[in-house]
Amino acid sequence: MQTVASQESETQFLTFMLAGEEYGVDILKVQELRGWENVTPIPSTPSYVRGVINLRGIVIPIVDLRDRFGLEVVQPGPTTVVIILKLESKESKERVMGIVTDAVSEVYTLNQSELRPPPDMEGSATIDFVKDLATIDDKMVILLDIGRLVHEGILGDKEESALAE
Amino acid sequence: MSVDLDQFKGIFFEESFENLEAMEAGLLELSEGEIDLETVNTIFRGAHSIKGGGAAFGYVLVSSFTHVMEELLDQMRNGEREADSMSVNILLESVDVIRGMLEAYQEEEEPDEERPLKLKAQLEAIRDSSDEKPAPSAAGDSVTEPDTDTQNDELTGWGISFVPHVDLLLTGNDPSFLFRELAELGEIQLEPDVSGIPAFAEMVPDHCYLSWNIKINAAIEKEQISEIFEWVEDECDLDIQPVYKKKERRADDRRAEDRRSDDRRSADKSVDRRQGSRRGGGKSKVPAPAATIRVSTDRIDEIIDMVGELVITQSMLSQLGEDLQLEGLDRLREGLDQLERNSRELQEGVMSIRMQPISFAFNRFPRMVHDVSEKLGKQIRLDTKGEDTEMDKMVMEKINDPLVHLVRNSMDHGLEPPEERIEAGKSEEGVVCLSAFHQGSSIVVEISDDGRGLSREKIVAKAVERGLVKESDLLTDEQAFRLLLEPGFSTAEVVSDLSGRGVGLDVVRKNIESLGGSIDIRSVLGEGSTFTIRLPLTLAVLDGQLMRVGEHTFILPLNAIVESLQMSPEFISGVGANTELYRLRDEYIPILRFSDVFNVGERLKNLENALLVVVEWGEKHVGLLVDDLLGQQQVVIKSLETNYKRIRGVSGATILGDGTVSMILDVAGLVELSNVGRETASAKALEHSQAG
Repeated sequence: MQTVASQESETQFLTFMLAGEEYGVDILKVQELRGWENVTPIPSTPSYVRGVINLRGIVIPIVDLRDRFGLEVVQPGPTTVVIILKLESKESKERVMGIVTDAVSEVYTLNQSELRPPPDMEGSATIDFVKDLATIDDKMVILLDIGRLVHEGILGDKEESALAE
Repeated sequence: MSVDLDQFKGIFFEESFENLEAMEAGLLELSEGEIDLETVNTIFRGAHSIKGGGAAFGYVLVSSFTHVMEELLDQMRNGEREADSMSVNILLESVDVIRGMLEAYQEEEEPDEERPLKLKAQLEAIRDSSDEKPAPSAAGDSVTEPDTDTQNDELTGWGISFVPHVDLLLTGNDPSFLFRELAELGEIQLEPDVSGIPAFAEMVPDHCYLSWNIKINAAIEKEQISEIFEWVEDECDLDIQPVYKKKERRADDRRAEDRRSDDRRSADKSVDRRQGSRRGGGKSKVPAPAATIRVSTDRIDEIIDMVGELVITQSMLSQLGEDLQLEGLDRLREGLDQLERNSRELQEGVMSIRMQPISFAFNRFPRMVHDVSEKLGKQIRLDTKGEDTEMDKMVMEKINDPLVHLVRNSMDHGLEPPEERIEAGKSEEGVVCLSAFHQGSSIVVEISDDGRGLSREKIVAKAVERGLVKESDLLTDEQAFRLLLEPGFSTAEVVSDLSGRGVGLDVVRKNIESLGGSIDIRSVLGEGSTFTIRLPLTLAVLDGQLMRVGEHTFILPLNAIVESLQMSPEFISGVGANTELYRLRDEYIPILRFSDVFNVGERLKNLENALLVVVEWGEKHVGLLVDDLLGQQQVVIKSLETNYKRIRGVSGATILGDGTVSMILDVAGLVELSNVGRETASAKALEHSQAG
């Protein structure tokens, strides 16, 4: 990890735990980490959108990734971490959103050559949001395509995000 | 040292666009036949200040163009010319061209020269076509033309007699700037004339008593000089005389002659040259000015007063806070009350800055109607009502496009051609009416026409074909017309086939809904249609009623509430399994349950003594079933869309005093949802009964 070679192909990932598995997101998309706080539910929304919180005067949605990925939903506890992500949205404004995770794990610097594409699997919706897989200390780390996850998987504007890309 | 004009550019552009609008409005009045001197003057003044400003900022294309326009207007003003439809149309086109040029300059781009030059030639042709008056010299009457016999002599310079009127300085002009600009053209000699200075005791400090004789030793065009003085033309007596040295006639004098005979072209040339020198001067590019708003100083003064009061309250409170004792409690409460009043007043004051009369949006329509009616060969009259209705500038900017769309639709598809109208026994002239008024916390804008109206059968047939509704569905007229606003409807083939409407109305609807508004359609076949847009007054703050439903706290806009009451069982009646009505005096009001609409809270079995909040949207009343009414407070609207997406029935969120987030309800959306909710609820009930 100390190697400075080929800066461009290296990416830093923040990883977090979700039901025993380690997931990673591009660290440049992470704005901050917070503990769990009570949310205000939004009516007529899927259950994985837990609600909204007041983040220093702005209202941001909090998404339960366990619920979104079809894992067993647990009540947030003291180790629960909310990762606040900042994403480019289609109106070129930033979109801020929080994801609920079991715990935050590590920061890895990964070279492009260490990344493997996910296998092609029909009928698995969740795998669509996986960008790459990496192996670190013999353990699989799932690197998420967070833009796609948010726009298609959470906001559900598939067509519009396809246009933006 | 040079004056930094850039900071005034923004103001110039804004004023010019306003002037153009005024000119347009004036020209449209002219086109109706009568020449009103005041109207011509208004147009003239607009052109004049654009010309002056354009010259000051070096936009010579604009100033030379406006100059010709001004001359034509001058002829009209002096009664030498009729305002026939041809000249009015050309002048209208000129307004467009000037607008185009200014927009280009505003973007720091060079405007396209072709169209202005062509149109300018047309304007000149009209100007010169008058036989009552020989073609006037473009340079204006205050400047005398050189004698023809001196054309054989070599031009060495110019003598300028510049006698400012006493109030020159009051108009913001400074002779020294003019001299400095002159000096850029060549060596100048200034000879001040101090004879006009009165005795010291009679002197007024801001009057100008000096006059000057200026000699400039450069063989330049006269227009280059007069251009510098263009801005002060009306505030001084100016005389520009050429200085010649006798010499033999040379071949290139012919060119000089040509130049003089066609001073317009030479003005252009000199313009280009000047521009070149300006650019060459290494002037740094300035970013386009930010959007601005004009506010009367009275409003600003009011706000400053309010801030003053706020500061006083604040200091009183901090003094109390330093040494807080129990006996100070009353004063503390008093101070807090005062603080609340202050901040509310201040907030209202600041909000009022954003409010502008809707005439800003309406003003563009006469022109559009004028153009479109000609193009379509229909006679159309535009009526506007309630132009003084004020609305938030931001909302106004955003509804501009939808309005244009709807008005265009009305003219294009709503109104019939003249023959058809006569056949239908209507007057030949179709009427499109734009009106605006306030209703509760919303502003209503209506676009109506007396055209052929909408055919319900055709719309429904088309919708069935598109799979938007089923044939068996029973739709009210209103619901049927609303189908036009569905995305599936917006295809061109629908238009030709149906009685018009339908193109992009879903976009209109989307735009309006994104502002938290709604749109309704009313229509009577053969008599016309009305599109009603309802928008919140402001996008930022509202007075809210907090209420509890289950574990949730919702906020309802206070002015949507008609009344709240405890239901008496004898007035509740059910229609079918899941539609409940409450009789309020002589009206039956549908009861809306949040448990159905939002799936929150428990579905109460017994409605006796339950709380009903009656809300109003348009002419409709609906009762919301709530568990408890909490306090009332002002809330700042935060968009849910910024970070998430729009939710039906929710217009936004807000942050309460304790830092938690609460949802603000959107009455229009709720009413719509209640219909859907009832359907799913009845479906569920059906399942239950079958299971049971």
